[in-house]
Amino acid sequence: MAGALYIAEPAAAVSAVALDGLTLFFHAPSGMTHIVAAPAPEILGALRDGPADAAELIRRLRAHFDFEGDAEAAIRARLDELEAAGLVRRA
Amino acid sequence: MRHQLAIQIGPVAFRIGSAWRSPLDALAGLYADYPEPADGLCDFTVRLEPEKFWRRFIRPSVAIRGDYILPDAVPLSLAHGLLAAEMGMNLQMALGQKRYLLLHAATVEKDGRALVMTGESGAGKSTLAALLGERGWRLMGDEFALLDMDNGLLLPFPRAVSLKNGAIAVMEAEVDAARFGPRLDGTPKGAIRHMRPNGDALSRMGEGARPALILFPRFGEAAAVRAVGQAEVFIRLTQASTNYVALGRRGFDALTGLVRGVPALAIDYPDTDTAVGLIDDFRRELAA
Repeated sequence: MAGALYIAEPAAAVSAVALDGLTLFFHAPSGMTHIVAAPAPEILGALRDGPADAAELIRRLRAHFDFEGDAEAAIRARLDELEAAGLVRRA
Repeated sequence: MRHQLAIQIGPVAFRIGSAWRSPLDALAGLYADYPEPADGLCDFTVRLEPEKFWRRFIRPSVAIRGDYILPDAVPLSLAHGLLAAEMGMNLQMALGQKRYLLLHAATVEKDGRALVMTGESGAGKSTLAALLGERGWRLMGDEFALLDMDNGLLLPFPRAVSLKNGAIAVMEAEVDAARFGPRLDGTPKGAIRHMRPNGDALSRMGEGARPALILFPRFGEAAAVRAVGQAEVFIRLTQASTNYVALGRRGFDALTGLVRGVPALAIDYPDTDTAVGLIDDFRRELAA
């Protein structure tokens, strides 16, 4: 069975600025600024291609990045954080 | 209000009203060379009122009020009425300013390049700015840096410099006595004496400058300099800003623009002369 589908906030709602290895996201609907490290920006970028569950998201990310260790657990943890920040929501 | 005074400081006009005459007399003396608001309109109003009506006469204590109020602001004694007026002006700026991104920082300028100094209370930014302002730099402000969100320029806000404790003697040795307000002892921040910026700072209060260096000074350590990464600078400046959150995306764009475009250094310094020497070295490097 497929896992929960995640949807990224539309690009127009989130301003992103990279600052020496970290990324700042300004989330306009909440007015909050978030400071994140990889792979959070990459996850948000991959979800911009359309809603995906964790397995599909990993497949998309593997096309561009190498993973070490338990990728799925790490991606799920980052998804939970992005969801809590309002940058990602479940379909 | 029974007594009123209007003062233009950089791009901001204040009206200060008071139930008593003495704080306004002190303020008028300190701000003697400042212009009045050109169109008579004021951005912010500060009111110094008795905490309760009868306390205007008996053991008077000054409550600071205005368009924006902190509910737990503690009343000051009338002897510290000048401090109350200054705190009221700061408070209205900190809570109400929406035109500019406000950084709790001191700013000086030389050759069109502005140096922004920010740090915790006691880091020495007011003293350094005041000293640099007497040694060839233009003092733009000791308390707030105003970042114009449209063009990235810093605008001056040269209010009277608030010198505390040890800094008072440092500046008394440097500056003509006529530019000082009364010494206020026993305030919640210790001894305070206000100092009017010099003629250059006042005559050019309408003239912005391009930020060239962000400095995080720390007093009391052996001299040391280190570069500060942009992410750390951003975090420190959001903490130093009183209105970053309220400004939304405009504030984000302005602050990230500042952080990406301007180098930042942290300096430790054992005494103000060492810091002034370091800062003049940085200026020469920037100009080279």
